[in-house]
This record gives sequence, C-alpha cells and structure tokens, in this order.
Amino acid sequence: MSTHTETHDEHAHGGVAIYTRTLIALLILTAVTVGAAYINLGSGNIVIALFIATIKAILVALFFMHLRWDRPMNGLIAMAGFVFLGIFIGFCLLDFSSRNAFLPTNLHHTEVPLAPGSAPQAYTVPVPEPAAAGAPAAAPAAEKK
Amino acid sequence: MSTTSIDLPSHGGHGHGAHGDDPHHQHHFTTMEQQFDTAKLGMWLFIATEILLFGGLFVGFGMMQNRYPREFVEAHEHLVRWQGALNTVVLLISSFTMVLAVESAKTNKRAKTVGFLALTIVCACIFLVVKYFEYSHKFEEGWLPGKYYHAVGDSIAGSHGYATFFSFYFMMTGLHGIHIVVGIAILTWILLRAKKGEFSSTYYTPVELVGLYWHIVDMIWIYLFPLYYLIQ
Repeated sequence: MSTHTETHDEHAHGGVAIYTRTLIALLILTAVTVGAAYINLGSGNIVIALFIATIKAILVALFFMHLRWDRPMNGLIAMAGFVFLGIFIGFCLLDFSSRNAFLPTNLHHTEVPLAPGSAPQAYTVPVPEPAAAGAPAAAPAAEKK
Repeated sequence: MSTTSIDLPSHGGHGHGAHGDDPHHQHHFTTMEQQFDTAKLGMWLFIATEILLFGGLFVGFGMMQNRYPREFVEAHEHLVRWQGALNTVVLLISSFTMVLAVESAKTNKRAKTVGFLALTIVCACIFLVVKYFEYSHKFEEGWLPGKYYHAVGDSIAGSHGYATFFSFYFMMTGLHGIHIVVGIAILTWILLRAKKGEFSSTYYTPVELVGLYWHIVDMIWIYLFPLYYLIQ
C-alpha cells in the first residue's frame, strides 16, 4: 500500500493534461461522426454513429467522471444502468422485429377496400385457424361416443 | 483504500488530523473520505436512474423510427445540423470547464473554481440560446408534436410519422433542456458557495456531485445529437 500511495495520488488527481486530451479526443470524434453522416452507408450509418457516441460516452465516464480512478462500485452501478438498458432495448427489438402487420395501428398501411358491413381483412385472416384447430379436437370426442 | 487502513478513529476521538475537526464532517460517518464516497455512491445511483429515464425514451424513438423510417429521415432534415453540432461542442467544452472546476476546488484554488464554474454556466446558457432559435423556428413552421403538427408539404400525406418524430424530438430535447436549466440553477448555487470559500481539498463534495450531474447531461446529448441530427 505504501509503495503505491504516491502513484495512486498522482492518478487520483486526474490532471489538466489528461482532461485536455480527453476534450480534444471528444471534439475529434464529434467531427468524425458529423463527417460520417455525409457518407451514405445505408444502415451502417446508425451503427457507426452509435459506436462513436458510445466511445465518447466512455471517455466522458472514465476521465471527466473519474471512473478511471474511482471506486469500482461506482463504475459497477453505471454499468448496471447500461446493462438493464441493454436488456430493455434488446427485448423491445425482439418484440418489434417479430411482429406481423395485423395490428390495428398498422391498418392504414394496408388499405383494403371494404364491402359495407364487413370487417377489415386483417381481422378475418386469423378466423379459419381456430376452426381448423377445432376439427381434430372434435374428432376424438366423436370417437368416444 | 483507506477504509481498509488500520487507523480508524475511535468514536468521539478528536485530534485525528484535519478530518476530525472538519465542520462538514457529519457524526454518522467515520471519516470524511467515507462521507465523500457515500455521497458519490448516491449520486451514481441517481445517474443510473437517469440512464433508464432517457433509455425508455430512446427505445420509444427507435421503435417509432422502425415504423416510420422514411418520415423520420425526412422530418430530421428540418433540424439544422450545424446547430446541433455547435451545441455538442458547447456542451463538451462545458464538461471540460466543469471538470477543471472540480479539480480547482480539490486543490484549494478558490478563484479558479469560481471562474471555471462561471464558464460552465456561460456554456450552458449558449446551449439554451441555440436551442431557443431551433425551437422558435420549428414553432413558426408548424413542426410541432402530435396533434399540433400542422406543417404543409410533407411528401407522405396524412402520415403520423412526422408528428411522431417531433413528439419525440420535443419530449427528449425538452427533457434534456430541463436538465440543463436545473444544471444552471445548481451550478449557480455551487458558484455562490465557492465564492464564500466553503470548499477545500477536504470538503468539495457538492462540486464533485454537480460535476457528475453535468457530465451525465452532456453524455445524454452525445447520444441525442447523432440520433436526431444525423440519421439517414
């Protein structure tokens, strides 16, 4: 402990030089992310933008928020926040990407001309399924009789 | 480190260096360091809730962008890129001055602490001024949230996508803006206390915690900027 005290104190101070370098890195990354937005890479753009934003966030957390030299517990709490956010985003994406277009809110995308009095087609599609599932269920019941 | 050290003061024991005599030392903490770490731990818990608060809005934004990809890209072209970039730079610089204020408070430089806190407040005000021009332009053009959206000339007529984009835009940048306003208030409070010389190397907890708050506000903008101004 005593041999590490000196170097630890040095680190604990952070220092203007380190903060200046962090700021320069953050400004460069901002320029890069703005520049990358002018190149059309399709869906790659959002990935690059979020990747650079995450590097910037990590730089802010490590140096400006002192996590680099801080007690591990504080970093753990910060990471826990992001981990739970990741779970939130992950499961929402799973849900969203596996939905079909039968939601009432999506009906305006699939404009179906309706006969007066009839239900929209999206609602009529699932109807045959219970009938088909009901047929084998009815058959064993008939055999018992 | 020193929570594991041996020289814990006995209860009621005075003369334990500067720590035992510090007027800021509350009796339920063994040392000033423990008090500082406890306060900071609480702040980090608050930061975790902030991440989740904005996280929910980011998830909503992502889902709506999936639903209305074309409308979102079109609507985002109404945002002015250089204004967003300028605000990003302003906030990054304010984070830098904030961390220097913490550093100055920690090393007993009162005048520097006040100066850097003042610079941070100036940056925050510049951010809000830019935001004011952005908002007022959108109000004039009718690019408003939800049912208040009344801009003309959308290429996909009758779509809710544009209104949804601006609902999220105003909700998220607005909530972020409220954080900036709150930040200005607490920075001013800290500045006045620093002016009175209340902070020193043994007690600078409020400066440190306000710094953490200010950096998380900056960090949220780091994500808001590319998602709103740079999507394609």
